[in-house]
Amino acid sequence: MSKIHVTTNINGDAVEYLCEPQETLLDVLRNQLNMTGAKEGCGSGDCGACSVTLDGRLVCSCLVLAAEAEGKQVSTIEGMADGEELHPLQKKILEHAALQCGVCIPGILVAAKALLEKHPDPTETEVRYWLAGNLCRCTGYDKIIAAVMDAAAEMRGA
Amino acid sequence: MALDTDKREFKIVGTRPLRPDGIDKVTGRALYGADTTAPGMLVGRVLRSPHAHARIVSIDASAAEALQGVKAVITAADFTTANNSHSQAVLDNCMARGKAMYHGHGVAAVAAVSEAIAKQALKLIKVDYEILPHVTEIEDALKPDAPVLYPDKPAKRVPEGTPANVSHVTHFGHGDLEAGFAKADKIIERTFRTEATHQGYIEPHACLASVSPDGKGDLWCCTQGHYNVRALCADFMGMDASQLRVTASEIGGGFGGKTTVFIEPIALALSRKANKPVKLVMSREEVFKASGPTMSSVTDVKIGMTKDGRITAGYANLRYQCGAFPSGTIELGAMSAFAAYDLDAVKTDGLNVMTNRPREAAYRAPGAPTAVYPVESVVDELCQELGLDPLDVRLKNAARKGTKASYGPTFDDIGLVATLEAAKAHPHYSAPLGPNQARGVSCGFWFNFGGNTSVSLAVNVDGTVTLTEGNPDIGGSRASIGMMAAEELGIPFDKVRTLVADTASLGFNDVTDGSRVTFAVGLATIKAARDAIQKMCARVAKIWDIDPEAVVWEDGCVKPAGDNAGQYEPMSLAEIAAISVKTGGPIAGHHEVNADGAGVSFGVHLADVEVDPETGHTSVVRYTVFQDAGKAVHPAYVEGQMQGGAVQGIGWALNEEYIYGADGRLQNAGFLDYRIPVASDLPPIDTVILEIPNPGHPYGVRGVGETPIVPPLAALNNAVSRAIGVRMSALPMSPPRILKAIKG
Repeated sequence: MSKIHVTTNINGDAVEYLCEPQETLLDVLRNQLNMTGAKEGCGSGDCGACSVTLDGRLVCSCLVLAAEAEGKQVSTIEGMADGEELHPLQKKILEHAALQCGVCIPGILVAAKALLEKHPDPTETEVRYWLAGNLCRCTGYDKIIAAVMDAAAEMRGA
Repeated sequence: MALDTDKREFKIVGTRPLRPDGIDKVTGRALYGADTTAPGMLVGRVLRSPHAHARIVSIDASAAEALQGVKAVITAADFTTANNSHSQAVLDNCMARGKAMYHGHGVAAVAAVSEAIAKQALKLIKVDYEILPHVTEIEDALKPDAPVLYPDKPAKRVPEGTPANVSHVTHFGHGDLEAGFAKADKIIERTFRTEATHQGYIEPHACLASVSPDGKGDLWCCTQGHYNVRALCADFMGMDASQLRVTASEIGGGFGGKTTVFIEPIALALSRKANKPVKLVMSREEVFKASGPTMSSVTDVKIGMTKDGRITAGYANLRYQCGAFPSGTIELGAMSAFAAYDLDAVKTDGLNVMTNRPREAAYRAPGAPTAVYPVESVVDELCQELGLDPLDVRLKNAARKGTKASYGPTFDDIGLVATLEAAKAHPHYSAPLGPNQARGVSCGFWFNFGGNTSVSLAVNVDGTVTLTEGNPDIGGSRASIGMMAAEELGIPFDKVRTLVADTASLGFNDVTDGSRVTFAVGLATIKAARDAIQKMCARVAKIWDIDPEAVVWEDGCVKPAGDNAGQYEPMSLAEIAAISVKTGGPIAGHHEVNADGAGVSFGVHLADVEVDPETGHTSVVRYTVFQDAGKAVHPAYVEGQMQGGAVQGIGWALNEEYIYGADGRLQNAGFLDYRIPVASDLPPIDTVILEIPNPGHPYGVRGVGETPIVPPLAALNNAVSRAIGVRMSALPMSPPRILKAIKG
């Protein structure tokens, strides 16, 4: 079986890789490109820990074939901060002490950013429903929701 | 100078600084179990039993071994015999020895150059099974004709005539039950059931093992206790503990489920056989099938109460199943069931029965939620029947300082009464309820542990401090421990860097469990800082050429005291550190302790629910957690523990359950069918921290993390029962169960 050659863009950088037809985007990110910020919590699209965006659309990278990234723009947690400057969502998650173990946080941040890009002024209920695809077992979500609401307010003011 | 004093005025403790590992965790840089690699690394995979109970007649791995790219195949035969029966059970649970005891039990494992080849190799391993009758449910396992898991190995410490699958029997209590029940105006007796749940950590178990031909080993893994991993794995591999270095990765949740080993010995054995590093990561399905879920339970409770709300006697008979190996968790259940009450007559009987399910691992306050749930539910029912306020009744019967606990000891300073009073005074308790809504109340309790702890604290020449501890940081403990070091040393928090050492770099540490870390590692850190302070005082006294007793440590400085007061300029930690190499060498403090005095913890939860009478669906509409935390070192992370624990309990009460088919196979091994609470299921979780200082800690700290999972089961049971007008007695209260209760 021959490998597929993929040309894509990840976090603004041109990237090329060879992948097996059955390999997921998450496999390639983690195992080939050493971008381990996206986590495999379930491999079945139920936990959201592997969230990335593909041409701006929020996806579970465990459910996307690596070959599907051809010609697309992929954004991952590794591209969220601007150099040393954290994204407001990252800052607010820290300020609100909204992470405990932190393993779900890359996925939550990618998902929350995708929400705020579409809906800069969500209600708390909208945030809760948008993040319903991202499991967190440590926090009970309370501080995460507060952090996202706070970041949204700050980003609207900025 | 007297250093071993308690402290009640704080500059840093009680504030909310950013956690030191935070930036790595919001940028994706933090390395968890599956996030690291080694040159030449192989991929490991485990073959698991498709049967609930089967004798392994033979394993033929020759075709797998012959497959190109396969570098090692192992079975139970590749391990030594463990040095005690407890460890042997841990090992046998990793890899079946002679019999597969449950669906998903490891039978063999391979290491290959790729995942695809490893998976292909598993299919080539021929296992000849002789299928045996199985049992997965408590009451079935206790029947006289039940399939017996270990017919050749009867349990040792159980009375004659005990059913063959029972591994442990336990009893606690005091007083005259019969006389107590005779004084009651109302007695309620009821049987309660809970289903097994899983800790549900988002990060599956993962490790990277490397054993070199000279016998030295390195292991990287996500664990709550790498020293325990070292002890177990060195035993199973026949290695000296000093030859195996275990490094704990960042950990993506544990909640007790990562206090033991499941795949680590397998990866080490594969690595030794293949002579290459082996990475082994569980799939989510494997996590559900073959890690350590919690128990299911059946409990009979009988409680008597007078018309004015005094409990006259309490009795509980608890039966737990904790999977296919012996478990003593039942003791913790039998001890905690009535812990919140000051009772003249109380008794608990408990037993653990083995079934063909995965071996239980600890889950947050192990044993307690399923024991407190039946008791708190019957207390609520009595309140309802007698027309009494559930908080008033709990206040009337609450354990307090001097109470002889139902499990034996006499309580020291505890915060239950203050916690109940705070709940009563809170606006939540008097807020109006809407249609189909009701409010539930429950107390909760956890013992809290101390345990073996080593800490080393180096004072660097630039005036900073490196603090080395040995407990994986599962929820912000680097922050709270660093804060205690900074507080004691009088330096800014950001001048302390707290590191979690590997097993070769620091003395032994018990597992991160029992809510012990902020208490015990904090205590050891304070003592290590005081050790360094003593050395700095001696150093400065020498410089000033005065008696070491004639100096004091104040505000982060050594100052002259007594007759010498004011005669010398105080010297700060940074000033002392800067010249340390010229005044006698490096300065460091350390402390090793088996910490005692953890101080028990109580909480009270208020839960408002709304039950849809048409669908049986329960919405939690308001939730408040009240808990005595002792001194809250980093209040935001204390709140986080209270919120997270409450939500795990909510999941346990409403959604989560292990479902076994008649074939003994687990039917819902994934997050789609085993549904943990998501953000849209929940309201905000409000928190009220009470700070009743623990006399066993210099700053008054007590454990926090486990108590909050205990009350939600009964709080929700009581709220749902009041909302639908029918007393519920089985968890989870999923919509079909509630509908059935409503419709009779």
